[in-house]
Amino acid sequence: MLLNARGLTKQFPGTVALDDVDFGLAAGEVHALLGENGAGKSTLIKCLTGAYRRDGGEILLDGQAVNPQSTFEAQELGIGTVYQEVNLLPNLTVAENLTLGRQPRRLGLVSRRGMRAMAQEMLAGYGLDIDVERGLGSYSVAVQQIVAIARAVHLSGKVLILDEPTASLDAREVALLFDVVRGLRERGLGIVFVSHFLDQVFAISDRITVLRNGRHVATTEAADLDRVRLINLMLGRELAEETSHARAGREPGAELLRAEGLGRRGRIAPFDLTVRSGEVVGMAGLLGSGRTETAEVLFGAVGADSGAVRDARGAVDLSSPARAIAAGFGFAPEDRKTDGIIGDLTVRENIALALQAHRGWARPIPRAEQRRLAEDYIRRLDIRTPGAEKPVGLLSGGNQQKVILARWLAMNPRFLILDEPTRGIDVGAHAEVLRLIGEMVASGMSLLVISSELEELVAVSDRVIVVRDHRHVAELIGQEITTEAIVRAIAAPDAKHEAAE
Amino acid sequence: MNGSGLLRRVAPQLLTLAAVLALVTLFFPSFLSVGFGNDRLVGSPIDVLKRGAPVALLAIGMTLVIATRGIDLSVGAVMAICGASAAFAVDQGWGMGVALPLALLAGLLCGLWNGFLVAVLGIQPIVATLILMVAGRGIAQLVTEGQILTFSDEGFAFLGSGVFLGLPVPAWTWVLAGLLVGLVVRRTALGLLIESVGVNLRASRLAGVNSTVLLLTVYAISGLCAAVAGLIVTGDIRGADANNAGLWLELDAILAVAIGGTSLLGGRFSILASLIGAMIIQSINTGILLAGFPPEFNLVIKAVLVLLILMLQSPRLGSLAAGLMTRRRRADEAGAAPRSVQEARR
Repeated sequence: MLLNARGLTKQFPGTVALDDVDFGLAAGEVHALLGENGAGKSTLIKCLTGAYRRDGGEILLDGQAVNPQSTFEAQELGIGTVYQEVNLLPNLTVAENLTLGRQPRRLGLVSRRGMRAMAQEMLAGYGLDIDVERGLGSYSVAVQQIVAIARAVHLSGKVLILDEPTASLDAREVALLFDVVRGLRERGLGIVFVSHFLDQVFAISDRITVLRNGRHVATTEAADLDRVRLINLMLGRELAEETSHARAGREPGAELLRAEGLGRRGRIAPFDLTVRSGEVVGMAGLLGSGRTETAEVLFGAVGADSGAVRDARGAVDLSSPARAIAAGFGFAPEDRKTDGIIGDLTVRENIALALQAHRGWARPIPRAEQRRLAEDYIRRLDIRTPGAEKPVGLLSGGNQQKVILARWLAMNPRFLILDEPTRGIDVGAHAEVLRLIGEMVASGMSLLVISSELEELVAVSDRVIVVRDHRHVAELIGQEITTEAIVRAIAAPDAKHEAAE
Repeated sequence: MNGSGLLRRVAPQLLTLAAVLALVTLFFPSFLSVGFGNDRLVGSPIDVLKRGAPVALLAIGMTLVIATRGIDLSVGAVMAICGASAAFAVDQGWGMGVALPLALLAGLLCGLWNGFLVAVLGIQPIVATLILMVAGRGIAQLVTEGQILTFSDEGFAFLGSGVFLGLPVPAWTWVLAGLLVGLVVRRTALGLLIESVGVNLRASRLAGVNSTVLLLTVYAISGLCAAVAGLIVTGDIRGADANNAGLWLELDAILAVAIGGTSLLGGRFSILASLIGAMIIQSINTGILLAGFPPEFNLVIKAVLVLLILMLQSPRLGSLAAGLMTRRRRADEAGAAPRSVQEARR
């Protein structure tokens, strides 16, 4: 074993994040680390890289007990990490990023030529044909990711930990990254691979370790495992299907809202959209195509400069989020951390926030009522938290998402916009969020669901709007909704697939 | 927050205050003695309560502003404007019935101006309030026409140096103002919304919080607090000094909030803790004077004491100390282990 962790334990106030976990990594293998949000993956990695101080257990590297006190020390020992958000400096050049901290010098000054040579040498064997003198930020995330890997491998060279490296990559870029990973495996590195994408896990991994609730559940050869068994291990319960077909046997009601010519210059071209009560409208498109921009205009987060939204009572005032909320709208944004949660405030306060803001500051929700509300939703949505008084920033991503859903459910909106409701959350929470969507719709709520996961859209939507280049380009209804049809509409510039009413 | 939670929140500040008082008593043994004479309580603690009033009042507003991730550098200058306005009104013979509302109105307008720059125009708070910090003294000088505007209105002087039920009126004023603002923000949802905006403005707006009105409100409250502080210092010396009224007090107010443990990054706040912070600062000021150090040492001693206080309260130092403790305990256990083995052998 190259890296061997035995009996790792880490406690946080109120929770045991890692409970006596064993983890072994051989040289020349890709070892996937899987588990739901809050299963302990991040904690395990942070203990291995010295970001956290472990409370118990030991770590052996090449048979030697090691005790890294910081990520820097771990790097010196040979354990390098590359995170989902590339932790390099996009405003510096590729060469500067690669050589930062150990630039070759000449007469005491940084030698640009030496730096260039060193960078090119470091990138050799990664199959990248890039100009190392250009700014790192001018390259795609995939290239940046590979540069980060090259730097980590150069600095550490024994163990490489990839924490959700593919989260923001497209299929071609993933293939590129995997070629690099396979190359490193050939060179004898031990690679830990953390991902939510099970297909990718099966594509690249030799072995798989599953954690659940801070405990080690299983370590097996990837070849001995199939998808269903793996999901069962991760969830600890039987899932009949990954996603159920919620759409079947549902009939949307009367028209609830109608947007006419709504748009904002530079963000989203004027569009028409009708939403009926109890209907799920899906929205597909590539990142930056105008999906989120549509949601922001509909919620008043960004003011529209054309068009209007009407309901049965007339025009709806969408001049600010507060007005939109007063009109019965809700919006769970894509970026939970910056746009959703109020990290330092408690779960209770986060759930009560929209309701409180709507009532106004002079009419406080009594503390007992807030607590009842919070505890009710913690139970109903199965939010994993030690209590309602825990700061929401300490919860895992999936649970933060549920807190935001609870915030909106407490408002009982008639129209709720969910922007990437399942991004970055694990399979279990994923299925639960989809179940919640089904429940909301059953109670008569109308939803706009924006997602990059086409299967998810197919599963939940009554209609799917496809957005491309800041324009609503197609609408698919009922039986037309298949992943294939959506992909075609996103891809083909002239295959306008207008729905026949 | 319930009683025990509140006590736990302000415990570090109370301990610090006790330590400062003990330290001063060491140098000036009769520091804590309070007597009664001439219908009033007299003694250094009473003096601290009175002299600390301006900073305490400023700290109330400053706490709310800082909780929204802002800062208000203009409060010292606003004190000068409001004091000058009131002195002007009294000087014109309009009486306190006009002077008092006029000063409060001036403070409110100053606060709303700051709030407008921050909330509507989106200027960074430190820059936005710097404008009034610089311009404010000029405005005050225009009001007083460059003179120290003295007056002999007993009602006005009562605000700064009067006695009510044995205690100085300024002491009553800051205690009541603190209670009033504290109750308003905690008994309504204002406190929650302020903290929410301070932690994450974008997310709060998307949850429907009207951040514009909220920011205008906190800067307005800060302006009003400065107005009251300005009335007190002006009444105390029976004259409006546009150059020196409230000079540098914005910095003491920020310090009081910092000692009170409210993060300058916004979010959770405690007005009570800031008020105790203001009393800590005033105890140091009064203590240094009484202890009889040469005056040229005053600022240095104050700086050293403040540095010590902030270091003791720093969470990083706390975890470092906790780390040392556990390491020592582990070492003890390691040392103890062989002994128990030997005992087992026997």
